[in-house]
Amino acid sequence: MEGWPVSSPVSTPASAAPPPADPIETVLRAQFEAGLGGDTAAYRRFLDALSARLRAFLRRRLGAAPDDVEDILQETLLAIHNSRHTYRSGEPLTAWVYAIARYKLMDFHRSHHRREALNLPLEAAQDVFAATDTESAQARHDLGQLLQALPDRHRLPILHVKLGSLSVSETARLTGMSESAVKVGIHRGLKALALKIRSAA
Amino acid sequence: MKTHDLIDLLASDPVPVQRHAAARRFGLALPAGALLSLGLMLAGYGLRPDLAEVSVQPLFWAKAGFALAMLCGALWVTARLSRPGRTVAAAWSGPGIPLLLLWGAAAAALWLAPGDERVAMLLGRSWRSCAFSIAGLSLPLMATTFWALRGLAPTRLRLAGAAAGLLSAAVAAVVYSLHCPEMDVPFWAVWYVLGLSLPTAAGALLGPRLLRW
Repeated sequence: MEGWPVSSPVSTPASAAPPPADPIETVLRAQFEAGLGGDTAAYRRFLDALSARLRAFLRRRLGAAPDDVEDILQETLLAIHNSRHTYRSGEPLTAWVYAIARYKLMDFHRSHHRREALNLPLEAAQDVFAATDTESAQARHDLGQLLQALPDRHRLPILHVKLGSLSVSETARLTGMSESAVKVGIHRGLKALALKIRSAA
Repeated sequence: MKTHDLIDLLASDPVPVQRHAAARRFGLALPAGALLSLGLMLAGYGLRPDLAEVSVQPLFWAKAGFALAMLCGALWVTARLSRPGRTVAAAWSGPGIPLLLLWGAAAAALWLAPGDERVAMLLGRSWRSCAFSIAGLSLPLMATTFWALRGLAPTRLRLAGAAAGLLSAAVAAVVYSLHCPEMDVPFWAVWYVLGLSLPTAAGALLGPRLLRW
């Protein structure tokens, strides 16, 4: 057949256009998905932006207990990191983040003041990204201290790669571990750290 | 540790993310649990002796079909509850529709049956043990499905536990149908459903304890 239609004279009907996307969702999702694909710089930008949004969200929710904001924020960031394999590409990131933040907040209320767990205000998932707050407070549980309680196979890779800013291969040489053991050590160590925070709460 | 340092730490985690985590986990958990449950059934009960003959009867497949439909529905619900931010409202129709169909068919069968046969249709020969057998055969599956959920991120723990219990029980019901001699729909509508309910209730009780993260 000759002649493909070059352009359709009929414009796309309005009903077929996607709903206007939330700009924050769009930006954060792009960074997060790039991070899942291995782009560490994008992932760090995502975590920075996310933590400011979450801090503002938690400050609003924790009016009565402002001292706990930074603790729950850190716990939520760790939870988001450790469960990032459950995010499926293309799904709304806002709803995914909100569900985790809400879960951590309820978990906190349940273990501290039981009554507030039953009275969480009705809110929309979008609230989780509604505002930013970059003014971090002091966390009450010291993650550095909790880190000391981890076994060497988790603690050493985390200390060297993160805090000593060595590469994975340098850490492997220094500790005598294999490179894959260093990687797995960091990965599992972060999960172990999440459990430690929870039991310290 | 400052939040900023934590972010540095998280950004330096070098292990790449596994894709399709839920499918992988349930893809391991269900076959492993089903095999254990099948082994338990073969050792404890044995196949029904007339399996070859009944396997050509539609009624036999109706029972297995009900259990399989419950399995698919419960898997749908459980998979949605295993990941944060997924709504489940519509997914409840997965196990809901086969259940309503079964109850409708049972009501019709009872209504059509002569009055003196109705009690026998409801009680069969094994009403005392059926529900407990299904619940017992679901135990290995409870262990494996809870393992699958613990590697994911359920945020509604009681519901997720209940869904995992129902999923376990539905697989166990498929397994048990290879032994169970009962061929009356009203019997299934009572005792199979009770057999599905016990692990569901157990899952709802265990969920908040075992799935917390």
